[in-house]
Amino acid sequence: MNKQKKTMSLNFGPQHPAAHGVLRLILQLDGELVEKVDPHIGLLHRGTEKLIEHKTYTQALPYFDRLDYVAPMNQEHAFALATEKLLKIEVPIRAQYLRVIFCEIGRILSHLLNITTQALDVGALTPSLWGFEERETLMTFYERASGSRLHANYFRTGGVHQDVPMNLLKDIGEFCDNFPKTIDDLENLLTDNRIFKQRNVQIGIVTKEEALAHSFSGVMLRGSGVAWDLRKSQPYECYKNLDFKIPIGKNGDCYDRYLCRIEEMRESIKIIKQCLKKIPIGPIKTIDGKISPPTKEELKESMEALIHHFKLFTEGYRVPKGEVYSAVEAPKGEFGVYLIADGSNKPYRCKIRAPGFSHLQAMDYLLKGHMLADVPAVLGSLDIVFGEVDR
Amino acid sequence: MKLANLNKLLNSELTTKIINSSIENDELVINSEINNLNSIILFLKSNNNCKFKQLIDIFAADYPNREKRFKIFYLFLSHEKNLRIKISCALDKNDKIPSITKIFPSANWMEREVFDMYGIQFKNHPDLRRILTDYNFKGFPLRKDFPLTGFNEVRYSEKDKKVIYEPVKLEQNYRDFDFSSPWEGTKYLKEINKKNQNE
Repeated sequence: MNKQKKTMSLNFGPQHPAAHGVLRLILQLDGELVEKVDPHIGLLHRGTEKLIEHKTYTQALPYFDRLDYVAPMNQEHAFALATEKLLKIEVPIRAQYLRVIFCEIGRILSHLLNITTQALDVGALTPSLWGFEERETLMTFYERASGSRLHANYFRTGGVHQDVPMNLLKDIGEFCDNFPKTIDDLENLLTDNRIFKQRNVQIGIVTKEEALAHSFSGVMLRGSGVAWDLRKSQPYECYKNLDFKIPIGKNGDCYDRYLCRIEEMRESIKIIKQCLKKIPIGPIKTIDGKISPPTKEELKESMEALIHHFKLFTEGYRVPKGEVYSAVEAPKGEFGVYLIADGSNKPYRCKIRAPGFSHLQAMDYLLKGHMLADVPAVLGSLDIVFGEVDR
Repeated sequence: MKLANLNKLLNSELTTKIINSSIENDELVINSEINNLNSIILFLKSNNNCKFKQLIDIFAADYPNREKRFKIFYLFLSHEKNLRIKISCALDKNDKIPSITKIFPSANWMEREVFDMYGIQFKNHPDLRRILTDYNFKGFPLRKDFPLTGFNEVRYSEKDKKVIYEPVKLEQNYRDFDFSSPWEGTKYLKEINKKNQNE
């Protein structure tokens, strides 16, 4: 009998609950073994980079909320840092602390979603219910600071949009006291869970060298044992005044990445607590009237202020000619913005470097030889959000 | 090692392969030619003083008025030395760039994206398809002469019971206001603040 190897191709997604959005995978299967993965992305492509070329710097900022919509403020941060670098302005200390507080809240938001949905993908429902309750609280903090739960548009060039309302910092502090209990609960459910371990340990192993070669960053890199975190190695804002640890994995499998994320949430809580202690009273945006708009009170009294307000929200400010790359440690990895300014009020070119893009690219390498059922597990641990992959 | 030292080292090691190099905004930029790209990148990856083992991004920019229309950028990161570097290279519409997928496997999608957005061709790329745009998409969206509104729009047709493509029809054209004015702003806020502090 002539035995011929037959591969089957399977279309995974674009509408699949475990695809974390709109991902289409063309899988070549030999029985249940995955032979080749061809991800088709771009189903959520909105042309963000093209749109930004047609907007002023102020108008371009909200687009960054819509990239990784799970942790919006971390993205805004990269763009704000890039423009500030070109404009050569300093951010007041209070604003720096506020930014760090909200960035760390974003990290918790993102990791909570990732850990719980990864558990959901491998069969555990409860963590997502528990995690989402906490996410709700955190998004209320976003709302109280910016007026919006998701698309915050809170970080602005030169600082933040407005000071936080009364009691918000106190409530964040209270949350920080209670949240470690939730992490413990999640760990009780997952860390030693037999099924969770069977589905994640030794799955999707990445070695150190491969992690570097595939441009991994963030938890994907640290899970494989590379001690690299931009908050430590190339500190921005006030991270150098803060004391925190960088958790590192050993085996580079899905389980280690899960453990890293759990530990990072604990570290984030530590960072927020320190910030709450250290945050001074003071201005929350640069006092340079060419860049930051006047306050409402000034508008009522000063004609000059009114003119400035009008000009800043129509023409916007002009950014000096130059090129700059600024990167932040977003929850998913290195999120970078490369900005080419031509001296006008609009960016000439704005390239967004999304961590998920390179992570997803490695799907073929990660899944070769794994079973079909491992596809959602590996995809879950990559922490993909299509807003940033497709841009 | 500091950026300035790296700059010196690169200039002495690569000499003629580099057109020029400079440090702007605390970032080291190397200008080079297409034919030297591969050897420079290999050098950066393997040299003991560089160790740029991670490719961060590849992207292009369009300058329609220049003689060489496109410019391509490569960003690298060295974890060991904690340094970043940027290589840029100007190229013509018809130039083909050697692909670096052999050196960095992650260059695959990045080069595909550059091709998708600008129509820049890569030599020896294993799989140069469009990546972010729709199947059967025509044109290169990030070129400056591509209109923001695009050419085609998609909708579900109740009549044909399928998704159809039509030329874009807008009730009102996209309005691109020209706000440029000699307005430079003043430093009045600073003055007010100073006054407040003095009182």
